[in-house]
Amino acid sequence: MSQHKETIKHDFEPNIVAFVCNWCTYTGADLAGTSRLKYEPNVRIIRLPCTGRIDYNLLLKAFESGADGVLVSGCHPNDCHYNLGNFHARRRFTVFRQLLDFVGIDIRRIQFAWVSAAEGAKWAQLVTQVTNEVRELGPFTNYKRISELSFPYKELEPEPLEEVTA
Amino acid sequence: MARIGVFVCHCGENIGRTVDCSVVAKESAKLRDVVYSVDYKYMCSDPGQIMVKDAIKKHNLTGVVIASCSPLMHEKTFRRAVQETELSPFLCEMANIREQCSWVHEDKVLATKKAVDLVRLMVEKVKRNTPLEPIRIPVTKRALVIGGGIAGIQAALDIADGNQEVVMVEKSPSIGGHMAQLSETFPTLDCSQCILTPKMVSANSHKNIKLYTYTEVESVTGYIGNFDVTLRKKARYVDDSICSGCGICQEKCPQKKISSEFNTGLGKRPAIYIPFPQAVPNIPVIDKERCTYFKNGKCKACEKFCDRNAIKFDQTDEFINIKVGAIVVATGYEMYNIGKNNKNGIKGYGEYGCGEDPDIIDSLQFERLLSASGPTFGEVKRPSDGKVPETVVFLQCVGSRDKAKGMEYCSKICCMYTAKHTMLYKHKVHHGQAFVFYLDIRAGGKNYDEFVRRAIEEDGAIYLRGRVSKIYREGDKLIVKGADTLSGSQVEIAADLVVLATAITAQPDIVPLAQKLGVGYDKYHFLSEAHPKLKPVETNSAGIFLAGACQAPKDIPESVAQASAAAAKVLGLCSATELEREPYVAKVYESTCAGCGFCIEACPYKAIDNKAIVNRQGKLIKNVAYINQGLCQGCGTCLSVCRSKSIDLAGFTDEQIFSEINSLFV
Repeated sequence: MSQHKETIKHDFEPNIVAFVCNWCTYTGADLAGTSRLKYEPNVRIIRLPCTGRIDYNLLLKAFESGADGVLVSGCHPNDCHYNLGNFHARRRFTVFRQLLDFVGIDIRRIQFAWVSAAEGAKWAQLVTQVTNEVRELGPFTNYKRISELSFPYKELEPEPLEEVTA
Repeated sequence: MARIGVFVCHCGENIGRTVDCSVVAKESAKLRDVVYSVDYKYMCSDPGQIMVKDAIKKHNLTGVVIASCSPLMHEKTFRRAVQETELSPFLCEMANIREQCSWVHEDKVLATKKAVDLVRLMVEKVKRNTPLEPIRIPVTKRALVIGGGIAGIQAALDIADGNQEVVMVEKSPSIGGHMAQLSETFPTLDCSQCILTPKMVSANSHKNIKLYTYTEVESVTGYIGNFDVTLRKKARYVDDSICSGCGICQEKCPQKKISSEFNTGLGKRPAIYIPFPQAVPNIPVIDKERCTYFKNGKCKACEKFCDRNAIKFDQTDEFINIKVGAIVVATGYEMYNIGKNNKNGIKGYGEYGCGEDPDIIDSLQFERLLSASGPTFGEVKRPSDGKVPETVVFLQCVGSRDKAKGMEYCSKICCMYTAKHTMLYKHKVHHGQAFVFYLDIRAGGKNYDEFVRRAIEEDGAIYLRGRVSKIYREGDKLIVKGADTLSGSQVEIAADLVVLATAITAQPDIVPLAQKLGVGYDKYHFLSEAHPKLKPVETNSAGIFLAGACQAPKDIPESVAQASAAAAKVLGLCSATELEREPYVAKVYESTCAGCGFCIEACPYKAIDNKAIVNRQGKLIKNVAYINQGLCQGCGTCLSVCRSKSIDLAGFTDEQIFSEINSLFV
């Protein structure tokens, strides 16, 4: 008999989006399933051919549409099905993450990992770990506020100018 | 206007247990553009597929979402079914609610919610799918077999007998592999060389097989049907077109005390050597590291005595380019070494002397001691003083199934060969006594368990269930201290010889090769098959197949069976003149392309080139990127470096992915 595990209710359940490559991490996530490993159900996987395909616009879009955390995962260095895609991804990601840091976004919300097709256990552990970290960080509101502010069709009341005193 | 149908599969209980499939179907029906949704016990079954086909016709569907297992599992099945209705197979997508939902979550409410989300994502994607035409590519009707052990030989012979050309590559000077080192084989006790050497000879002489020994794979590019392979034929310093294999050079070589790799260090060989008498090809090779001439610039004894002038000290490595359509990887295994300086960085066994005592040997060494062609000509003599050992202790699971050594897997063949060793030992040393320390006896296979029973009952091997904690020398004897867990007592045996059944490990240099081939490997560096049950021979790289112990520890019958299976796959591939490939390739929007050329540099396949756009007068208007669809593999790296977003990838377009993301959280 399987043990009944009590599910802990949290106040906040984060939305996690995972962008994964088809060859390593997607297959690794499948392996986690075939091995019946358990992980947090907060993650939504978006399957792409390669991490090299992951444009930073996709990651921004994920935040914009309500993600509290984003996970990018692909093949280990040198193991890329397309030889080099993951190296491109790594470079782009490093720079992009620094940029996010610079604009004041907590970079713990955006994480990068290598998960091979054989690492189902690593995937399960990773998802749980990222979910827990983001859960602690709480909902990601500042991006939403920025996008609300910056969208031209949503006109905001101009703030009254402060009187300048000499 | 899109008309999407959603088909939710229960997969028996597999999905239904944690995901409420009827809720998923009901919720899907509420989605925009979904005109039909249904749940069913087994969608992949015949009635399930008929259900999909009927619904497409009845409801005039323009797209189909199957919510079931992983697309890696059944995408082909469902796309084939969809194709039969004249709807493009590329208008069918799968939502993975089994491997990535029902099997990994426990809470039914949350899992059902996730399943609904995944379906919504795929509905949004499939709405934007376009009917694509598969790309047809020509097939080079030639195969490359990497590795010349029994698996490689079998695969090469089977492909060659199927009337296709084979190029066979072996990194050592002779083919034969580990099987050539074995004395006799279980469970029939027939002589290993007697069954192998005829195969080696026919592999060398077959009209369809081109054999390259002492050769390694330098680089692999291309894709299924069209691989470009560069081989590096290492310098043997012997011209193989002239040498007759007379062996006079071996006799005259002054260096005679080099430990022989073939005899696992128990025998000696000269610096110019043929690894073993039955080697194929029967051509010597000079060990450059140890040759007196290469070290001191003097000697050339072999050159003087060679009457055909076959010795070429100025030979260099040669690079050979070949085109092949399919590749069989049969690189085999290596034995785990208990020594301190292990190749794989795994710790040695200090408690077993780290391989420093000459009378603690591994099974392959014992195999050489038993072999009629071995260093002792088949007489069991211990390496230290040549005495016939009267008590031999065999230890199973040395390294295998040992988490501390990083090898949690079972090496599979040790139970059987240890039983064989005890029998062969008893047949040679009638008054001798064999003890075996084991954890479990795993003798699954035709006539295997009977064989082990025979070792115990007829040949009197004493099996003790337990581990050995320490082996140390006391004068002439090795004291083996272990536990017999069945009687609950401590055992101490004074042995003359200890044989360790060390773990089967992956080849130490397999990872660079796997990376060249684009084949995955597990944490033990064994190569990964495409599916553990249904695609045990294929890899995730189309056109590359596995055979033998490079995938996992295997015995000879299994290796041969897998090799023949790989050969059948290769022959199937070669039977077609053209292949169909999924048309997931990139395309350029020329109107917005600025011709910056970033994509050209980023493309790992050199599939992108500059294209000049000229007006009617032939005047250059601008340069744009041009993608060669035959070379493009659809990774999408070019997309993300494109500044003007002028490239898109069929099947994973920006529009599709963005709409997936947009529908994530509603």
